[in-house]
Amino acid sequence: MSAIAVEIEPTRATAAPAAWTLPDRGVVGMASFIIAESAIFTIFVVAYLFYLGKSASGPTPRDVLEVPIFYTICLLSSSVTIHLAGQRLRRNQSKPFLALWLITIALGATFLFGTAQEWRRLIYEHGLTISTNLFGTTYYSLVGLHAFHVTLGLLMLTIVWWLSVTGSLRRQSQRVEVLSLYWHFVDVVWVVVFTVVYVIGR
Amino acid sequence: MTQLLNIFAPESTPARAIVDLSTLVLSVTAVIFVVVAGLLVYAIVKFRATPADADREPAQVYGSTQIELAWTIVPILIVIVLFAATARVIHAIQDAPQPPGAVEVTVIGHQFWWEYRYPALGVVTANELHIPVSDPSRPRPTFLTLLSADTDHSFWIPQLAGKTDLIPNRVNRLWMDPHRPGIFLGQCAQYCGTQHAKMLQRVSVETPDEFDAWVRSQQQPANEDLSATAGRRIFETTACINCHTVRATVANGRFGPDLTHLMSRATIASGAAENTPENLRVWLRDPDAIKPGSLMPAMRVSDAELDALVRYMTSLR
Amino acid sequence: MAIHGATIDARTWGETLHEWVTTVDHKRIGLLYILFALLFLVIAGVEALVIRIQLMYPHNDFVSPQVFNRMFTMHGTTMIFFFAMPILFGFGNYLVPLMIGARDMAFPRLNAFSFWLSALSGFLLYFSFLGGSGLYGAGSAPDAGWWAYAPLTARAFSPGSSTDYWTIAVLVSGFGSIGTAVNLIATILCMRCPGMTLGRMPLLAWLYLTMSGLALIGITPLSAAQLMLLVDRYLGGHFFDTQAGGSATLWMHFFWIFGHPEVYILVIPAFAFMSEIIPVFSRKPIFGYPVMVAATVCIAFVSMSVWAHHMFTIGMNSYANSFFAITTMAVGVPTGIKIFNWLGTMWGGRIQFKTPMLFSIAFLFQFLIAGLTGIIQAAVPFDWQLSLSYFVVAHFHYVIVGGILFAIFAAFYYWYPKVSGRLMSERLGQIHFWLFVLGFHLTFDVMHVPGLLGMPRRIYTYEPGRGWDTLNLLVSIGAFIQAVGLLVFVANLILSYWKGDKAGKDPWDAWTLEWSVSSPPPAYNFATIPTVASRRPLWDLKHPEDPDSRYE
Repeated sequence: MSAIAVEIEPTRATAAPAAWTLPDRGVVGMASFIIAESAIFTIFVVAYLFYLGKSASGPTPRDVLEVPIFYTICLLSSSVTIHLAGQRLRRNQSKPFLALWLITIALGATFLFGTAQEWRRLIYEHGLTISTNLFGTTYYSLVGLHAFHVTLGLLMLTIVWWLSVTGSLRRQSQRVEVLSLYWHFVDVVWVVVFTVVYVIGR
Repeated sequence: MTQLLNIFAPESTPARAIVDLSTLVLSVTAVIFVVVAGLLVYAIVKFRATPADADREPAQVYGSTQIELAWTIVPILIVIVLFAATARVIHAIQDAPQPPGAVEVTVIGHQFWWEYRYPALGVVTANELHIPVSDPSRPRPTFLTLLSADTDHSFWIPQLAGKTDLIPNRVNRLWMDPHRPGIFLGQCAQYCGTQHAKMLQRVSVETPDEFDAWVRSQQQPANEDLSATAGRRIFETTACINCHTVRATVANGRFGPDLTHLMSRATIASGAAENTPENLRVWLRDPDAIKPGSLMPAMRVSDAELDALVRYMTSLR
Repeated sequence: MAIHGATIDARTWGETLHEWVTTVDHKRIGLLYILFALLFLVIAGVEALVIRIQLMYPHNDFVSPQVFNRMFTMHGTTMIFFFAMPILFGFGNYLVPLMIGARDMAFPRLNAFSFWLSALSGFLLYFSFLGGSGLYGAGSAPDAGWWAYAPLTARAFSPGSSTDYWTIAVLVSGFGSIGTAVNLIATILCMRCPGMTLGRMPLLAWLYLTMSGLALIGITPLSAAQLMLLVDRYLGGHFFDTQAGGSATLWMHFFWIFGHPEVYILVIPAFAFMSEIIPVFSRKPIFGYPVMVAATVCIAFVSMSVWAHHMFTIGMNSYANSFFAITTMAVGVPTGIKIFNWLGTMWGGRIQFKTPMLFSIAFLFQFLIAGLTGIIQAAVPFDWQLSLSYFVVAHFHYVIVGGILFAIFAAFYYWYPKVSGRLMSERLGQIHFWLFVLGFHLTFDVMHVPGLLGMPRRIYTYEPGRGWDTLNLLVSIGAFIQAVGLLVFVANLILSYWKGDKAGKDPWDAWTLEWSVSSPPPAYNFATIPTVASRRPLWDLKHPEDPDSRYE
């Protein structure tokens, strides 16, 4: 059961390299996960674009969609705040970190509230549901898939907040950075969804 | 009696073009196989380990840029040749213009039967396609428009053309110009449900006179046979007319095959059984005995009513 | 004192079971994947035998059309998602950390979670046989084919829950696969031992890295399409509802955007096994290591652009057909290069015909043929005849059985000594090999012919008098011969565990890191994390006068 290191006579070629650094597993893992998720969103976007203008009846995007500028600003700003929060955590400034973290959560929650409001308006005022027509199906699926990811993200952000408040989040800035990556991804997806649904599609 | 549906025995221009392309492709791949497999066999024989080699390792060769280049470039050239030949035939078949005088047929795929409509001729029939032979000097091809009423199907008569799918909400096209009269067989090639296996096809390629005669007879309204009135009454007062059409009667259902000239067909249930009174009787009483899972319901009628119905069916010439 | 020590070590069955169920050790998880996959191989194999018995004679009534349609659907679904994927992930799980000098995968708990997702989804799929009763189509196994084409899967045409079992089981197993793919990527990129640059890692690691990257973007389109199908079936959506303007071809595109990369996800690990085994039994390093890496990455990229070659008959226009023709032919170039490089590895070597090498040589011949019948079908007009017929069925079984399964057999015989500490019986191995070669060729060589004679696939019976009868009988006989061969293999696995010769650390005189530890390896893999200076660290040790590090 002897391992190689015991048997090798160190030569110049086999001396351990001066600094053997490899990428961080968390970052690589999250990046891989993000790539996979991007493929899923891409397929939903393709379906949305494919079916533009093909609904047999019912409301069209131009009829019913209002561009959610305010809520978009909220969500995109939360990327800034989470980035700043990460910085504060690395510098061990836990109170500013917590404040920025809470603002991030609040901004994300506001975005979700905005989505919920929009859906309420679409369903009750315009009668657009997921089964109304092709637009309804593809719209609710795409925006809903994104909102689901925002929800999951908010859940994880809240867990981190709780761990921080109870003092369990010591020097875990690496994991917080990985979570931030996910949150940035959710924002980038929204940029794409926003462009496709509210700009191109209308 | 054996009738082969051999794709290498084409009887129509598109099928022939495919065979010509396949000759090139098969020859090239056969050569590749012989060369590579030959080298493999050679290597296995020549470089097998012998007891004398027990303590020695062979020369450790790591690679060779020249060899890698050679066996990259040659395959690329082969691909270019094969692709050029392929693209040519794709366009020749798919983008062939429809000449005037071509016979137009609309094919609608159903679970588990074929509907054929000849819009210019006012003919509607099912399961057995009749088309004229096409003389190369004065071509009279048949152009098919392929639609589906329910799920995906595929139209495949191997000796007359490659297959093309029938997809709901989509219009596809296929053409064939049979070079000799005869019966050509095929069947649905895209899994469409329980009885996909018995969605058979029968194409009757006919001389111009035979085809015209067939068209004329199909254009007639339903034959009126006074000895079959009892059966006709049963037909028209039970659920039959919900699904079936018999032209110039009250029956105008579209879900099942048009029965106006049922007896002009050699088979029933889309090829699942021969068109005989005995089989018709079984089909009406218990379709699952012939084609389990087909969408024809068992008609719960008495034996006497069954006899009358069969007499009516057999009068629809 | 000694007795006291003895009682401390004894463990109950319950404790052992608990250990295995809660393990996060990559080696144990790898074995769980492999055992689970072997179970489903046998189940799907039985389904294949049912199919072949039904098709032995025309108008046979061994099973009803409804049962037959479930059989081919379950056979395909099980073989792809619950045999091939898990067994390849299992080998990857076991081997990758050992071969890169790591102690475990990057995320051991994710590893366990991914396995149990796959395992439970497999059982969910089979629960469909029991999961309902009543009207036909309500609650038995899926029967819409493993591609589940729309609109056959719409509620209108598939009432009941059979399609939902397919959708959810495959969806969940897809998540498990993504988890393992993420894990493999993070492990290979972040946990290599010192000195093991990307250019020095075993080809198996490169190929599993490529396969995992492909899995990330190849499996997820199917997940997306399945979510859409669930929206259609449960929320009244219209993604694939042709009655409401939805598109059946959209499902086809999404499915094959998954489906084609999927077959490369399956074959690339097979290439990995060949790239480790053939050099050892030729006694030479792999010929053209950098080219092998480049060709594999090239294959992965090009494979994302060929998907519609599964759809040449749906009526795409001539430009689209031509595009997919050339991309499909193009992917044959790097694939051929790999075959040539394996040939180059054998060339000038001293080939030992042990069982792993027998299966590898058969792989080379059979994969060559499979690739050529693939190129043949890329000639689109020819494919208008061959598609949807038994020619295609013969082609892809040639790839999956003749290629991938043979490579998996080779991998079993090669690495079983490392996993268990015992060699498998060479004698039984030879019997398994020749039986399987005979059965495989009898079935799948002959199977091309009915396709050329017009026999479509997925038919529960066929008409006599079309020249298909004897051919189908021969195909069926071959299937039974393969089944016997498989039984011999399973017997070999079991018997060798107790009766096999002790293997020692390095029974094949190989060169990669897994052969430097005991057989079986200790739980921690390496007492000290090794440092390497070349692609074949054990060659360097065994030949200090002429190490690889001098040349690469």
